[in-house]
Amino acid sequence: MGPLLMTPISDNSTAFLIASAIKVLVFFGVYLVTVAMLTLAERKVSAWIQDRHGPNRTGPGGLLQPAADGLKNFMKEELSPGAGNTILFSLAPAIAFSTAMISWAVIPFAAPVPTPWGVMSLAIADLPVGFIFTLAIASLGVFGITLAGWSSNNKYSLLGGLRSSAQMISYEIAMGMSVIPVLLLAGNVTLGTIINQQVTGGWNILNLTFAFLTFLISAFAETNRLPFDLPEAESELVAGYHTEYSSMKFSMFFIAEYANMLTASGLMATLFLGGWDIPFTAWDNGEPSVLKTVLTLVSFALKTGFFLFLYMWIRWTLPRFRYDQLMSLGWRFLLPVSLGYIVLIATTLLVLQLLGIQAGVLQTGILFVLNVIVLVLMFVVFDRGRLLSPTTSKMSAAEMLRLRSLDRAGSALVPSARPESGMGD
Amino acid sequence: MGLQAYLPVLMLMGFVLLNAAIIIGLSQWAMRRRPTQVKSEAYESGIPVVGDARERFSVKFYLVAMLFIVFDIETVFLIPWGTAFRRLSCTGPIIDGVCSGATSFFGLGEMLVFMAILVVGLTYVWRKGALQWD
Repeated sequence: MGPLLMTPISDNSTAFLIASAIKVLVFFGVYLVTVAMLTLAERKVSAWIQDRHGPNRTGPGGLLQPAADGLKNFMKEELSPGAGNTILFSLAPAIAFSTAMISWAVIPFAAPVPTPWGVMSLAIADLPVGFIFTLAIASLGVFGITLAGWSSNNKYSLLGGLRSSAQMISYEIAMGMSVIPVLLLAGNVTLGTIINQQVTGGWNILNLTFAFLTFLISAFAETNRLPFDLPEAESELVAGYHTEYSSMKFSMFFIAEYANMLTASGLMATLFLGGWDIPFTAWDNGEPSVLKTVLTLVSFALKTGFFLFLYMWIRWTLPRFRYDQLMSLGWRFLLPVSLGYIVLIATTLLVLQLLGIQAGVLQTGILFVLNVIVLVLMFVVFDRGRLLSPTTSKMSAAEMLRLRSLDRAGSALVPSARPESGMGD
Repeated sequence: MGLQAYLPVLMLMGFVLLNAAIIIGLSQWAMRRRPTQVKSEAYESGIPVVGDARERFSVKFYLVAMLFIVFDIETVFLIPWGTAFRRLSCTGPIIDGVCSGATSFFGLGEMLVFMAILVVGLTYVWRKGALQWD
């Protein structure tokens, strides 16, 4: 081991190749194990929320449960529907699995580490296209799900696949729109630049709280998690697009779901929570060192872990949306509101620039206050009776207001007041 | 850097695809097939299968797909604008995130025109009832 070099490792092509190969191999192993542990964590968290034990027989505290599940699924007999399209049927889980595993590639998970051959950035690939890569690969995942639904030749699968494709492409728009304010601030699509901007200009969750919430909602819909898990609504569609899948192919869909969750959490942490940045200290932004890399890795893991827990927490707390509510939330609420928000942020940035306020604490403060005002307007002033009404009710806003005023007067909505109601029970 | 940056992604893609193939292949090899007539039928909650799944489905899904193409392209157009916004609205060079020249309203104006067209389209689609799912 020579002295640690401070030039980028990509200047040395042999070292770059070897470093990339090692990163790919280590990443793949760590990622798969994390996903396996997530499936266990999901069951443990659900058990905790429902006040029961969860898996605790396989290994200490149930730690070997994912391994046992994996082994079982390898051995299980696989059933494929007789009239289905066998090639597409096998291809679908492979597509879902591959896209889920690849989409993480651009997310930097720690500060660059110095090595004797140069400074190595800790993302699989430091692409100039940045998170557009993640968005692009994640949207390829739709193919796996749609093909699975179609090739199974099962009505439940078909409906699940169709629902899923419509849902994922609808929320992809809201997701793309909610990232644009981040670009306005950072001026670049690479995640490294976005993290640096947040290090100097404050985390985007403060700058762009509203975009963060939009992104969070879209991420839940994109990963088909509750409250938007309509593609696999058990009570309606058995298991949705993977009804006919068994054995390892089912496992691959399962892995893909959790890997997508992990990527979405990592992306949210990077775009809005400053990525690997450690809050309240400027120490982590100086010269690269090994200790710094380790600590920033912990910081990133904590942030990502928070979102992963949020996914599970919400899954075991909220009921499922209805399909029409889901579609109108995406198209009739998130899309127009995100468009308006982009205009608002762009205008505010220009006004601040005219006033001579660019970057720094003051800008963050002003943007945060603006966001709070927008959120209060959204949820208090334009309340559910008006702005969000498409997502809650088919009643007109006027009808809703009339019912509310009756309710407030205390005279309406008493069962005896409407004997024409046919619901005798 | 140039295209060298994409090399790790290609490596990862190759490795992941290889693994997907290995997983499917290995499970095919490890399991024992004992097919029966009933097992190979499509699952329909335990009752005999009626017809098959190659049927017509709601045209709404096509509508969503078409709208997606329109609005996703709008998103794609917004991304380069968002990236260049700071540079578009400053006449001089930007040093450490601070504009050294005068403020230009070119970037914002351009986008407002684009947004206006987009909103007209959205309103039309909304009024036509294409966003109403029932």
